[in-house]
Amino acid sequence: MSFFIHGGSIVGPKGVERADVLVTGSSIVAVGLDLPVPNSARHIDASGQIVMPGLVDLHAHLREPGNEEAETIETGARGAALGGYTAVIAMPNTDPTTDSPSIVRDVLAIAEGTLCEIVPSAAMTVGREGTLLTPMGELAAMGVRIFTDDGRGVQDPALMRSIMEYATGLEAITGGAPVVLAQHCEVEALSSGGHMHEGEWSTRLGMAGQPAEAETLMMIRDIALARRTGARIHFQHVSTAEGVEIIRAAKAEGLAITAEATTHHFTLTDAVCSSYNPVFKVHPPLRTDADVAALRLGLADGTIDCIATDHAPHEPHTKEFPFDQAPAGMLGLESALALALTELDLPIERIVELMSTRPAEIAGINDRHGNPVETGQRANLTIVDPNAEWTVAGAAMASRSHNTPYEGRTVRGKVQYTFLEGELTVEQGKATR
Amino acid sequence: MKDLLTIADLGADGIHEIMHAADSFAEVCQRPIPKVPALRGKTIASMFFEDSTRTRTSFETAAKRLSADVMNFSASSSSVNKGESLRDTVETIEAMGVDAIIVRHRSSGAPQQISRWANASVINAGDGWHAHPTQSLLDVYTIREEGRSFEGLRIAIVGDISHSRVARSNIEAFTLLGAEVTLVAPPTLLPPYVETLGAKVSHDIDTVLANTDVLYLLRMQNERMDQALVPSLGEYHRAFGLTPDRARKLADSALIMHPGPMNRGIEISPEVVDDPRVRVLNQVTNGVIVRMAVLYLVLSTAGADRSDA
Repeated sequence: MSFFIHGGSIVGPKGVERADVLVTGSSIVAVGLDLPVPNSARHIDASGQIVMPGLVDLHAHLREPGNEEAETIETGARGAALGGYTAVIAMPNTDPTTDSPSIVRDVLAIAEGTLCEIVPSAAMTVGREGTLLTPMGELAAMGVRIFTDDGRGVQDPALMRSIMEYATGLEAITGGAPVVLAQHCEVEALSSGGHMHEGEWSTRLGMAGQPAEAETLMMIRDIALARRTGARIHFQHVSTAEGVEIIRAAKAEGLAITAEATTHHFTLTDAVCSSYNPVFKVHPPLRTDADVAALRLGLADGTIDCIATDHAPHEPHTKEFPFDQAPAGMLGLESALALALTELDLPIERIVELMSTRPAEIAGINDRHGNPVETGQRANLTIVDPNAEWTVAGAAMASRSHNTPYEGRTVRGKVQYTFLEGELTVEQGKATR
Repeated sequence: MKDLLTIADLGADGIHEIMHAADSFAEVCQRPIPKVPALRGKTIASMFFEDSTRTRTSFETAAKRLSADVMNFSASSSSVNKGESLRDTVETIEAMGVDAIIVRHRSSGAPQQISRWANASVINAGDGWHAHPTQSLLDVYTIREEGRSFEGLRIAIVGDISHSRVARSNIEAFTLLGAEVTLVAPPTLLPPYVETLGAKVSHDIDTVLANTDVLYLLRMQNERMDQALVPSLGEYHRAFGLTPDRARKLADSALIMHPGPMNRGIEISPEVVDDPRVRVLNQVTNGVIVRMAVLYLVLSTAGADRSDA
């Protein structure tokens, strides 16, 4: 099967330029103008649209196995494809926890044939309980590159040191490919009992807060331990201005630190919690205008490597409990690109770095994802109409859950086509299956 | 007024309207038979997701004096403990046909959430650390009953501000009416960014007393020591309690108030409880009067509000 994508602008090795793209099989076979087009090729009109490498999300909760009422790998992958993603790193806080080769194999088997490549991460500690190491060597041998206890930071500094030291030895198994430890930075002794950012709004609303220091203290600790061990640390969902500053300093020092910011942390503040609607409850919590500004600056200047979704589906009735009793987390896969295009004043090349190139590199899947649109690359592509406006509606999403914090918001940038390994997963804005 | 959720929603005009109505109901409560048919045929659900004998009894007395029917719901004997969502619980109660729901909940914001789901009027009887508007209204009524004007009135609120819905609502009410509010507490019992609440702050009760017209004491909870917020109740009493010595520093015309129940020997010395300036029982009496006014105003206007929607 061949596709002739014509009329659009590509994000190629030299930046954005007008070019047509010919896809045959799972590869890009030609890029340019006046391409010879085989008669059998299907024409895709990309006029006014941007052809970019498929997006990669380092951080999504697909809920399977264990909580298929909220999301399945199939529905999560469909939502991802609709959001322009061709690869998603699945978080290991499943039930049972993805902490052993057998569960990783299960996830991979279920993900077979879905609309997005699902790349399992695995827990650093057994059951994410923060006491025993998972079989990281076996897991690395079967291809796991990201280890995380996401949802919980590793509280014990001695254990974290041990995980870091052990991880640095695994490159012998992976053939030199980096093993990344993705940390959910939260010192629970400071945050526990808190349900939103500790600040002016939590005081007014009479809600227990989570101080910014719950995040930054763990970052400072991990940077100190990374300096000693040489481990590669990735900071998940950075939410504070101080956190951005800490990462900037660590990078200036030359440490192998990477970081992500979620869409919601650079588009929403704690003020939205004044409605007491638990759809705005998330960990780490939505913070202040100053934090949003610092994250945006960090995304612009490279301090923050990538945009992640922290896509966290929850069944509708679970968000109909009081704010302090409802689960934390919000949907992200289907709206992230539009929010980045709408809210960030960044060139499209930088958006592509943040949402495709860098996350693919960090996840170690840049042999097939996150590469510029050029001849010879795998056909993992997203075609987005950057000017098309649409209104976010949870019920219209492919996710089994509806907990988007952007309900009713009009955004700009609509994914029209997504190609996974040369096959259409999204066509004219609709999932192909 | 469909709902009463916070003092801020009411505004100064709303407070005055309720005070005016309360004056009429005060007269009703003086009658040999203190009951009027104002809300005959109305059904009020009293939904207490957190124990509270005083507030619940006060509301129920108010409802009965207005001839409303009261339906009781308590969380301990309900499906709330079986994992039912708040929305399901509320919709179930509402399906039985109620005109108003009085809500007490340990979670801040629960009344706001309920008001989004319910057609019935929602009256906040205290939510988490957030708000307790009828307490503030009865406190305003009690001060006003003494003939005091709020403009420039110096009110000190002493105690655990951080975890107090009474403090938050009273700061709103008193400042809306023009009073100068000072919060007196150790830093550990003040919320972060306390300055955003619009009150002055002091950590020294002794310097505040001489310049105070109304001394409002809050209840100190045992669990604050377990959280290492204060070293001991004894130290709290010595540093912030209203002792006989401190009571002497207060002007003769000052008022001493407390939302109850009082911890004798902690926020107030037993000898001071019977001081003639103490207004605690007036507060309780006025609670019924003010809640009659609230129920009456909410239920007599709610229908009109809803038909507009």
